[in-house]
Amino acid sequence: MASDSDGDEDFVSYGTPLEPLEEDEPRKKPVPLHEQTVKDEKGRFQRFHGAFTGGFSAGYYNTVGSKEGWAPATFVSSRQQKAEKQLARPEDFMDDEDLGEHGIAPAQITTSQEFSSSRRDEAREKARAVNAQAALIPGDTLLEELIAPARSSIGVELLRKMGWKEGQGVGPRVKRKARRQQTGVGARVYSSTMPPAGSEDSEDDDDDDDFAPEDVTFAPKDVTPVDFSPRSGVRGLGYRGLDPGMALLGRAAPEHIDLFKPQSETRSRLFGAAQRGSRRGGGVAGQAFGVGALEDEDEDVYHKDSMSRYDTELGGEEPGDGLYGWTAPQQYTKRRDKSKDASYLGKILEGFTLTQRAGEEKTIFPPPTLPRDYRPVHRFHLTSVSVSRLSGVSPALAEALRTSRGHMVKEEPQQGGRHQLDSGQRRALLGEDVLQGPSSVMELLKPEDRDRLLNLRNSSNATDSRHATSSALSGAASSSGLHQQQQEALASWRGVQSSTQSFKPFEKNPSKQARYELYLDRLRQGDRDAVEQSLDSGMTEWERSREREEFVRASILYRPSSSSLTARFTSAKHDEDDGDTVEVSRDQEGDVDDKQAAVKMKMFGKLTRETFEWHPDKLLCKRFNVPDPFPGSGLVGMPKVKRDKFSVFNFLTVTESRETTAPPKPPETGKRSRWDISDQKKKIKEEEEGDASLPACSSSEQQTADGTKSVDQKSSDKKSNGDEEEEEDEEESRPPMDLFKAIFASSSDEKSSSSEGESEEEEKTKEDEGKVEPQALNLFNISSSVTSSSTSVTVSTCANQQTGNLKISGTFSQMLVRQRQPSWLSTKKRFSPRHHINPAPIIR
Amino acid sequence: MARAADGNYLLSCGSDKSLKLWSVSRGTLLKTYSGHGYEVLDADGSYDNGQICSCSSDKTVILWDVATGQVARKLRGHAGKVNCVQFNEEGTVILSGSIDGTVRCWDTRSRRFEAIQVLDEATDGVSSLKVAQHELLTGSVDGRVRRYDLRMGQLHVDFISSPITCVCFSQDGQCTLSSSLDSAVRLLDKSTGEMLGEYTGHKMKGYKLDCCLSSKDTHVLSCSEDGHVYCWDLVEGSLTLKLPVGKAVVQSLSFHPTETCLLTAMEGRVQVWGAEPEETDEVVLAT
Repeated sequence: MASDSDGDEDFVSYGTPLEPLEEDEPRKKPVPLHEQTVKDEKGRFQRFHGAFTGGFSAGYYNTVGSKEGWAPATFVSSRQQKAEKQLARPEDFMDDEDLGEHGIAPAQITTSQEFSSSRRDEAREKARAVNAQAALIPGDTLLEELIAPARSSIGVELLRKMGWKEGQGVGPRVKRKARRQQTGVGARVYSSTMPPAGSEDSEDDDDDDDFAPEDVTFAPKDVTPVDFSPRSGVRGLGYRGLDPGMALLGRAAPEHIDLFKPQSETRSRLFGAAQRGSRRGGGVAGQAFGVGALEDEDEDVYHKDSMSRYDTELGGEEPGDGLYGWTAPQQYTKRRDKSKDASYLGKILEGFTLTQRAGEEKTIFPPPTLPRDYRPVHRFHLTSVSVSRLSGVSPALAEALRTSRGHMVKEEPQQGGRHQLDSGQRRALLGEDVLQGPSSVMELLKPEDRDRLLNLRNSSNATDSRHATSSALSGAASSSGLHQQQQEALASWRGVQSSTQSFKPFEKNPSKQARYELYLDRLRQGDRDAVEQSLDSGMTEWERSREREEFVRASILYRPSSSSLTARFTSAKHDEDDGDTVEVSRDQEGDVDDKQAAVKMKMFGKLTRETFEWHPDKLLCKRFNVPDPFPGSGLVGMPKVKRDKFSVFNFLTVTESRETTAPPKPPETGKRSRWDISDQKKKIKEEEEGDASLPACSSSEQQTADGTKSVDQKSSDKKSNGDEEEEEDEEESRPPMDLFKAIFASSSDEKSSSSEGESEEEEKTKEDEGKVEPQALNLFNISSSVTSSSTSVTVSTCANQQTGNLKISGTFSQMLVRQRQPSWLSTKKRFSPRHHINPAPIIR
Repeated sequence: MARAADGNYLLSCGSDKSLKLWSVSRGTLLKTYSGHGYEVLDADGSYDNGQICSCSSDKTVILWDVATGQVARKLRGHAGKVNCVQFNEEGTVILSGSIDGTVRCWDTRSRRFEAIQVLDEATDGVSSLKVAQHELLTGSVDGRVRRYDLRMGQLHVDFISSPITCVCFSQDGQCTLSSSLDSAVRLLDKSTGEMLGEYTGHKMKGYKLDCCLSSKDTHVLSCSEDGHVYCWDLVEGSLTLKLPVGKAVVQSLSFHPTETCLLTAMEGRVQVWGAEPEETDEVVLAT
């Protein structure tokens, strides 16, 4: 190659030389600036602009506008046609030049450097190959090797022009001698750790020793560049996957592939210098894999195990180190000698090593030095001790303390903890009011009881028998009959002043509570028939008897003494937070019977008025120009509470109240539910005469299919014309029956309430329940015609009923339409029942 | 089926699925709005006479543009016939009560198709509703008059026991009037629920008939099934006038907000009654 003997050859020429000027040629006129025009590939003139885009302006004077100015993309938005979301891609801002072959984003398919052919960058290939060794599939660069870049980079070209050749390193040329010395030093350094690899170096060294003259310099050795190919895949840093050396060559990976130590075995193998033939070329090897077709030597495929590989003796020869199975880390046992610490002189136990890190030193603070004139005796001042304040200390100890002048003064009573305060002090601290009601348990007792207790305490022979007598009242109450209970209640309540804070057992039901209080008032006055008089006459017999029992029981349970006791407690809320709960409106409407009675007495007002909390929607408030009454509450509508989902009785109360909603019918017509009739038969009979009274259908009937309902309705209509007797007969046994029927009964039970003639028809409809009832369908069809013109009277009413039922599932409403056809009037048929039960729990 | 939008116009809704706007003074038909699928049951005009809402048996509430007669919005959501409909005072909310027992509050401002709020406290169909300022009065077939107070966030329920056919506020806003199927019109104190007066004598047993108060709260008027309009003195409760309208049922009536002028509807004809002795205009509608 180049030698530095010649002076001329020292120069390196760059670029292409200018053609030599000819002397006689006339000088060319310089082209004036305005004639220096450039045309693009389409023949358009291009304007010089500046450094960007090759000196030519892009777009219109480097703007995205045009000669007419910049026009944004037409923005269209109307009700029908919404503006589409515009997503600007980079291509939107490119002209065809950018998209052309030499643009930034060529749209055509062109060959890029990586995939063109013929020329190979061996150094990079090597780097890739090194990397590929660690990859899952070794040698996956094969494909890339086939397609080599056609064009070497400008750096390579330049280097080549400077005399560089492939396979050489870059840099000043070196003399072999010096280099050899360097490597020799390096080799010596690493010789202890690394096996002397049969690498190129040693070979070269051998060769160089033979013929290298002093003045000959050599190019430096090529360095394998680090492959900076980006990581692909989702594996973490340092993960190397399946080690190909392990998996394919049947041996453990000798070492970590170190890029900077080319002496490693795998690399030397890669660089083509390593052991040919000694190792199989590739493929899976191992006992189980057998011999491949490419293997040239027959190895011992079926491994023969020999007994010499096993220990036959128990506890015989020890494995070398004599540690008896002690598995201390290898390095410690090895390094033991090396790291023997000079600071530790003692003998180190076998299996242990000295720690490398020094233990943390404990800083010891010396005690303060006592002043010289200090005497360890303390003198107390008498005034500071006030033994009277030592409440928790026994007098003897206090005395002892006082005499000994020991220090036992508590700082402040406030800091003495809450246990040293009595309730009064705590109350004062908290700023609470004095509890209303008696302050002592003794005050709650009757005077005679108190005396007796005092006597007991004095005589100090209280026995349980006395207590038993005092508490025997309740036991007796439970055992005796209702009458006895009434007497007892009367006895306990007579003459008692009405206390403002009596216990309210029926707080949920205000009217009931009102009745209960009336009863209590009567009791206080000593009225013997207190219960009977205070009960609501508008209720059924059964309800009244139930309430009678409840009242008496409650009055005994919460007799005056205990009612004053309850003033000291707050009653629990009625919330139940169970897992299986369902949302139920918190405020249930009260008893309808009372209201009914109130309406009859024309006592509108408190009795008929109920007020609930109701949350309007925020937006509704805004639209009404009204401030939100409950700002911040996300609730809308009536507040809901959770109730036990599976308790039938939850809904029983609901149905009950609704059930009794049924009566709301014009009182003049005298339509009453069956419930009321038993008690007020006489009164009602006067009103009832000749009037079509519809028995209130039980709620279960409402739940059945519409077809059934219509038939049932008809039947009940027919029935109601004539026989009142049958209805009354049923009433004796009704209350419990009906109640449960309302909940559990299927439609098959309806038979009893309908006349016999209709029963088989009903049967039929029941069978058809699943399908659309043909009759209902007809009626429904008729109803549409009804809206335009009224057809026959009976049909039209049925049709209307039917439509109402069909359309409004679950709602069974009195048909209050703005009437057009007077035929409606003449039918006199109206629906009496309006039960609305949440259908969910009662579904059969 | 008459209703004075303000004093000058009246809306009649009929079973011919259309809604007609009349001029009260001249008795001329101004416009017909058709678009409902079934009979129109109630209608109301907004305060500025710019919009009309109507409800129908086809379960929809329609908001109309008065001038063009186009359907501005069709609000679906009720599960049954919509009995009554009304704007709030500013015309921003339409309230509609349906036979499905709910009152739905529709927003006319937004394009939402769902109701703002559904008041489902009624256990039976809602037959009548009125709005006054921040209060909503509903009468239901379950025999209860409910008054929703938006400002207080309270719901007052008055039990009347008989299905309510019509409710309305008094002009001073202190009382509520409710007619029920027990052939009684009751005047209740709004705040306490006490009954101030009961007016009987008419017949209202099966029809959903209207009642109203006169413009100065001096009289209580109610339709009757015997073809009369009954007019009671509010304070005394005595029957002052029994206006014979016709033979059939007087279905609806409406009082002029300022003048003494009464509209009655019977059998496809709306009549306008003036205060002057026995001067009755008659507007015959071909519904």
